[in-house]
Amino acid sequence: MILDYLPQILFLIVLIAAILFFAKNVSSLKRNISLGREVERNDQKNKRFKKMMRVALGQSKMVTRPIAGILHIIVYLGFVIINIEVLEIIIDGVLGTHRIFGFLGPVYNVLIGTFEILALLVLLSVIIFWLRRNVMNIKRFLANELKGWPKNDANYILYFEVVLMVLFLTMNAADLELQLQGAQHYASEAGIVGSFPVSQYMLPLFDGMSIDTLIIIERTAWWFHIVGILIFLNYLYYSKHLHILLAFPNVYFSNLDAMGKFKNLDAVTKEVKLMMDPNADPFAEPEADGEEDIPEKFGASDVQDLNWFQLLSAYTCTECGRCTAECPANQTGKKLSPRKIMMDTRDRLEEIGSDLNKGKEITSDNQLLDNYITREELWACTTCNACVDACPVGIDPLSIIMDMRQYLVMEQSAAPVELNNAMTNIENNAAPWPYNQQDRLNWAKE
Amino acid sequence: MSDNLKVPTMASYLAEGKQPEVLFWVGCAGSFDDRAKKITKAFVKILNNINVDFAVLGTEEGCTGDPAKRAGNEFLFQMQAMTNIEVLNAYEVKKIVTACPHCFNTIKNEYPALGGKYEVIHHTQFLKQLLNEGRLKVEGGKYKGKKITFHDPCYLGRANGEYEAPRDLLRKLEVELVEMKSCKSKGLCCGAGGAQMFKDAEKGDKEVNIHRTEQAVEVKPEVIAAGCPFCNTMMTDGVKNKEKQDEIEVLDVVEMIANADDL
Repeated sequence: MILDYLPQILFLIVLIAAILFFAKNVSSLKRNISLGREVERNDQKNKRFKKMMRVALGQSKMVTRPIAGILHIIVYLGFVIINIEVLEIIIDGVLGTHRIFGFLGPVYNVLIGTFEILALLVLLSVIIFWLRRNVMNIKRFLANELKGWPKNDANYILYFEVVLMVLFLTMNAADLELQLQGAQHYASEAGIVGSFPVSQYMLPLFDGMSIDTLIIIERTAWWFHIVGILIFLNYLYYSKHLHILLAFPNVYFSNLDAMGKFKNLDAVTKEVKLMMDPNADPFAEPEADGEEDIPEKFGASDVQDLNWFQLLSAYTCTECGRCTAECPANQTGKKLSPRKIMMDTRDRLEEIGSDLNKGKEITSDNQLLDNYITREELWACTTCNACVDACPVGIDPLSIIMDMRQYLVMEQSAAPVELNNAMTNIENNAAPWPYNQQDRLNWAKE
Repeated sequence: MSDNLKVPTMASYLAEGKQPEVLFWVGCAGSFDDRAKKITKAFVKILNNINVDFAVLGTEEGCTGDPAKRAGNEFLFQMQAMTNIEVLNAYEVKKIVTACPHCFNTIKNEYPALGGKYEVIHHTQFLKQLLNEGRLKVEGGKYKGKKITFHDPCYLGRANGEYEAPRDLLRKLEVELVEMKSCKSKGLCCGAGGAQMFKDAEKGDKEVNIHRTEQAVEVKPEVIAAGCPFCNTMMTDGVKNKEKQDEIEVLDVVEMIANADDL
């Protein structure tokens, strides 16, 4: 009878639809990231892999803030490990089986028991996270850039997790009750399948319920749980929560050099070498292929001028604000917030992405500079690298600030007046102050 | 001060056909800023005292380009860099020591790709090397038992991972080393980096150097030890702003070593 297979067919349709929708989002994500300029981040594969294992998988930077760090590790472990159970749920859904991994016997009991304990710990952690965000006045969650959607987004994610964990435990509790009552399809001759250290305490809730009612509860919880997970998967692209996937590539491709080393622009090197070469002919025709080496513009005024790693980072950022909390400019009340630099970059990139989705040309009315990030923010940075060091997933907001300063100075000559004076001094007398280079050794005679 | 410093130049070494053990890169602040010149001299006194064979570029030295690069002027930076590299390479310089973390970082990290490859070390690292080799002796002297806090320069610490060399020297001085709330990899900037030294700060609640000085004052030190001429200026201004200049001195680590030895 086809009707017997209806739930399985329905589940397959939902599953395939969710996967297709997710694939569509992944392809927009890849398209948007590839709008960025090229940058070499495929070298030293071994070192990159180790860093990814340590920082992304091992969460090594999370625990510098111990409370948030440990809570995060619980939720992270819960997420990763409970996903093993999702695999069983999906197979059961497709094949119409009941706890197909049950044949693992004692191992299975340990697994299900672990999932339940983790689910409870995740539930508690998420509640603490919610309190930290909404009740306790923690400065990094009160910043201007979090008002509106970012705050709601963060809360939706927490609500999602609460609902998923409650559904998971309800499903298990109803399942246990059904097994205890010897319900067909649920009960096994081998005894109780799985162990239920947490959900067993929910059994009194089902007192006096018929098997039919219990099946409805169990099935409802099962369906809402798995559909919830599929919705959550597809919510990622629209939320700050993409870091659960992108933290890994972002750490892998992150900068491995000393933080103080800023990249040199090759196009400038060629120009300067030519200027300093006494044998160069100033009236020589430019080489036929020479023109292409010079970028269209120096620095960045919009997201396409940034490199793909910076754009990947914009999607990876989960807006935790550890960067901003460490920023000396932000701590002293300046407008600069490294977190906002990343959020603005993503918002602008999404704006361009939605233009592209509609098949439009990229509108040039808006750009990252001025429309999103103000000059006041850019000039407040001391380049101290505290934000870069603080990021648990290898994001470098400073590199974006530097690229945008480069645009302001090299394309627009729009540096603050005092800085122009200092630079003129460097040009004229090789020091940022107006002292003669010939006096450079006077200190030795004073 | 009767200084009688011996400060040979690379030009004079070349004329004699000699090569010094190390080139001392003085930097703009170390050459021109009145406060920073004292640091330069303290360092030279130590080098003279233990007969380290060094030379300076003197009038052939020019800004490394650090403030220009961090202000966004890549062109000016590379002009400065290439000019300096030409000079350094002409003298076949192998090893450079500098008392400025900004010069240190730029020459060490940003010059190699432009053709300037040298061993570059910060003066605190160099002094530690000399100490390890037994060429320099550091003893407690006047700072013994005194409460000292070290302010990490961003471009020595976070930017290049050196937190211990200056602290090791301070420990050799037998001081009571106390750490501020933000230190080492979490060290708070003095507010001068990224060319901020040469411009007014953006609007905010307070200046970064005041904020940092407050952290230092909290641990009640007798000396705030620094390892950067710009940090030194910022912290000195901060201490004055807090009217603590009679209780708290701001000194470079190298000045403390020179003072301890009565140089």
